[in-house]
Amino acid sequence: MARWPKPTEGSWTEHFGLSTEPISYEDSISPSFYELEREAIFKRAWLNVGRDDQLPRNGSYFTKEITAARTSVILVRDGSEVRAFHNVCRHRGNKLVWDDYPGEETHGVCRQFVCKYHGWRYGTDGQLNFVQQEDQFFNLDKSQCGLLPVHCDVWEGFVFVNLAEQPAQSLREFLGPMMTGLDGYPFGLMTERFTYRAEIRSNWKLYMDAFQEFYHAPVLHQKQTPPDWSGPALKNGFEAPHYQIDGPHRLVSTAGIRLYELPENMRKPIEGLTRSGNFGPWDPPELGEMPPGLNPAGCDPWGLDSFQMFPNFTILIWSLGWYLTYHYWPTSYNTHIFESTLYFVPPKTARERLALEMAATTFKEYGLQDANTLEATQTMLESRAVTTFPLCDQEVLCRHLHKVTGEWVDDYRRGIEVSA
Amino acid sequence: MLPVEFSGLEPFAAKWCLATERERYAERLQSTMEEMQAFYDAAMACGEAAIAYCDQFSLDEMPDQAVNLMNLLYSLIAISFSIECWSQPRVPDTGAAYLDLIVEPAR
Repeated sequence: MARWPKPTEGSWTEHFGLSTEPISYEDSISPSFYELEREAIFKRAWLNVGRDDQLPRNGSYFTKEITAARTSVILVRDGSEVRAFHNVCRHRGNKLVWDDYPGEETHGVCRQFVCKYHGWRYGTDGQLNFVQQEDQFFNLDKSQCGLLPVHCDVWEGFVFVNLAEQPAQSLREFLGPMMTGLDGYPFGLMTERFTYRAEIRSNWKLYMDAFQEFYHAPVLHQKQTPPDWSGPALKNGFEAPHYQIDGPHRLVSTAGIRLYELPENMRKPIEGLTRSGNFGPWDPPELGEMPPGLNPAGCDPWGLDSFQMFPNFTILIWSLGWYLTYHYWPTSYNTHIFESTLYFVPPKTARERLALEMAATTFKEYGLQDANTLEATQTMLESRAVTTFPLCDQEVLCRHLHKVTGEWVDDYRRGIEVSA
Repeated sequence: MLPVEFSGLEPFAAKWCLATERERYAERLQSTMEEMQAFYDAAMACGEAAIAYCDQFSLDEMPDQAVNLMNLLYSLIAISFSIECWSQPRVPDTGAAYLDLIVEPAR
């Protein structure tokens, strides 16, 4: 018996017009499919690379390695503009901005970028300003040798790049009404951050799948709650009150609980002491009215909304006044870099700071459990001993991600055939 | 290292007053359950008083002893999972997994 009403079609899966048949994970274990994804998705979709408060003043910059798209990008504050360039010197192709190890990301503040190799200098607007021994060159037109720009736009403080020569859609069109329903959320107030990073030995979509269904939560995370909690949770299983799909993007919204009203046997002692836990600090900051795109099912109490933005970016907003992001950066068909940042309003007191520490520490304990199943899944998918897998209605978003990925790859293939 | 009111926690200070998450997590993994249980019992018993003590100060102007007490409370949070959930230092079944905290608040 469903605890939440299903759409009239009888299931979320059918409501969104998705197949209910078992799915193949060939798209997550095939090196040749990954090569297509690099062109079809990572060189065409808008990719979030960070937040604009990482570029606080003129000349602030950071680099982003986008291995899947075979490039590295420089993001830089140039006056009021955020600009993006391919991180390559126009002279002999050296990577322009890096420290110690060429493959590692870096950040800082500068007036201009100077190539380590022969000293060519570029302004934060990308213009080539200085060439060492310029008179030795032949017909060199400096105005034609600026850094190669990358399309870049900012939405609600999130900085996006698009590596296509001409993006098919503007960022705002690509975001669509579901994502832009978050317009006005006070992201800018939440500047206290904890960033986690790991290399994961699985295809990037497997980790997206892990965090776009909560069907696993009562099982995999059973021991993170006292038996009086986890027993009934396991027996009842998980159901989300609301799913939403808009273009290539997805959303799951969950109901919440008022943790501070729970009896002590339902929570851990450290949660009672710190008044914080997996859902975040129990005494949230006052943030005012929330944008209409949040808590779309009108749950009271509400838990969280997880916005899964195609291809590889998640914004997860908790009812307790904070949010986190996930990024999944493919490095091969069966490895990726996982990054997560937790964002909070800066604490004013020691008690508030300790509540943040508790939320962040809890996040890591959960994340470690999620991360380790992925290598185990990847290796056995690659055995191809089993080739189709049944997904339930609570895994509807996983189904959608794999479908959309296939569609983008198919579109790309058709484009190649037409132009050939 | 700690305010005199918390002299009961002094035996744990040298081991657990650690300024970064990386140090605290590493210390947890290399400690025995007996060591962590003793620290947990002592720190939980005066946890509320310790938080109230630190709360007297602004986060930017904390005396060293209060900073040490904060770091001890961060360690208490870190090891509480070993005590309250896992009955072992490490999260079960996470032999190969890691999640490095690469940006953390300065205080």
